[in-house]
Amino acid sequence: MFEIFGIPSTALFGQLLIGLINGSFYALLSLGLAVIFGMLNIINFSHGAQYMMGAFAAYIILQATGLGYWPALIIAPIIVGITGIIIERTMLQWLYKLDHLYGLLLTFGIALIIEGVARNYFGSAGLPYTLPDSLRGGQNLGFMFLPNYRAWVIAVSLVVCLGTWFVIERTKLGSYLRAATENPTLVRAMGVNVPRMITLTYGFGVALAAFAGVMAAPIYNVSPQMGSELIIVVFAVVVIGGMGSILGAIVTGFGLGVIEGLTKVFFPEASNTVIFVIMAIVLLVRPAGLFGRRA
Amino acid sequence: MSVMLDPRHALLTVEDLHAWYGESHILHGTTFEVMAGEVVTLLGRNGAGKTTTLKSIMGMVGQRKGSIRFGGRELIGLSSNQIAREGIALCPEERGIFASLTVEENLLLPPVIKPGGLSLDQIFDLFPNLRERLGSSQGTKLSGGEQQMLAIGRILRTGARLLLLDEPTEGLAPVIIQQIGKTIRALKSQGFTILLVEQNFRFASTVADRYYIMEHGRIVERFANSELDANVEKLHEYLGV
Repeated sequence: MFEIFGIPSTALFGQLLIGLINGSFYALLSLGLAVIFGMLNIINFSHGAQYMMGAFAAYIILQATGLGYWPALIIAPIIVGITGIIIERTMLQWLYKLDHLYGLLLTFGIALIIEGVARNYFGSAGLPYTLPDSLRGGQNLGFMFLPNYRAWVIAVSLVVCLGTWFVIERTKLGSYLRAATENPTLVRAMGVNVPRMITLTYGFGVALAAFAGVMAAPIYNVSPQMGSELIIVVFAVVVIGGMGSILGAIVTGFGLGVIEGLTKVFFPEASNTVIFVIMAIVLLVRPAGLFGRRA
Repeated sequence: MSVMLDPRHALLTVEDLHAWYGESHILHGTTFEVMAGEVVTLLGRNGAGKTTTLKSIMGMVGQRKGSIRFGGRELIGLSSNQIAREGIALCPEERGIFASLTVEENLLLPPVIKPGGLSLDQIFDLFPNLRERLGSSQGTKLSGGEQQMLAIGRILRTGARLLLLDEPTEGLAPVIIQQIGKTIRALKSQGFTILLVEQNFRFASTVADRYYIMEHGRIVERFANSELDANVEKLHEYLGV
């Protein structure tokens, strides 16, 4: 063991790891928010509730069918994504031409309903979800102990984030999405079914939140308020990165997770507020966010 | 490419077309037709309804009534993406180049809907500048003329038989206007049917077979290119030039 600025290295690396884990979830969730905002012009306030739905879906799948973590990682996002598609088709699609406020109010209401239903059936105490056997244990890296599951979360989050970025910025499908973000009417007049693309984008963004929820289930308690605790920070991340910026969401997600972790080591009193302080500074200096395209 | 429908056959028939943007009633019973292989120009003052006519054909206005038949099929009940898939493509007045797409992505954006579109090499033969600018990072960093070429070029790949060109010469230098005129004549010789909206009837006279004049959302006059000289007086009156 050695010390850095009087801090034991194990404590430092431990907090750095927790920061990266939190950053993984910030990145996954703010990525979904950015994709949805870019395409639908909707600030999806029910994102946290949909993350929580993913965790509960994994829990219910385990209780009802005995299917564990690995099947849940696929099935839960699909189920929650389909509920997202139903929400988009029945409600959100009528709001695109209105002010952002209406979409925000609707999705906020949906979040309250989802949380209320979850609390009604499962209580607010929180339910355990066991780690899959294959990801138990950990590696001793010499300077710190790295639990396998945490390494898995960071790696998967990175792969999913970069994969999403690649699809949007470097593929044909992505060029439709970017073009439709700029001028949906013209892209539609080229023969692309833009409304269907919008529906699937919302479904994908929601499924991404649910995926993060399943990933979180073995680390955090599965509880109805797990989403609302996280979503406030995630919104700060989105604002710092720049609304609608894909790369911004990923980089700021991981970056702020790490900054938050380091603050816990060096100045613990500020660790709960540091993200919001950064948000205030960024809004003052660069109102469009660090990666935002226009002011 | 050159084998198309019987030239006497009307490819596009617009009858008693009404269109609205929200509350405002823009087209008041527009009626005209375009034969297969023709270049037809809609002339008229600003606000006469020329752009709205193109957008209505494409299904891009809020509400429309009447009849638009294309190749025998009624389009009035179809959505914009279905209409495009029938084989009509629009080059909009504002050009519609996407800032978040590279030049190459802009060029390849419109999906190919039918066989028979031009190859990229054929498009570069028409617009040599585009080949040089292909590596350019952002579509909107091109000059106005290059953006116009990109906007026309990208709809030639799709296999659409009817091209709707909305003021392709607006704001461009004379040498580029000449190049666009040459392109339109080349496209006509390859069997494309073109409906052109223009304010500049001197340019139109170098490419058009026939003219319709619009005023207050209606067609008020029609004549062939051969009758242009006889109608110059009338044109000046309608266009206020």
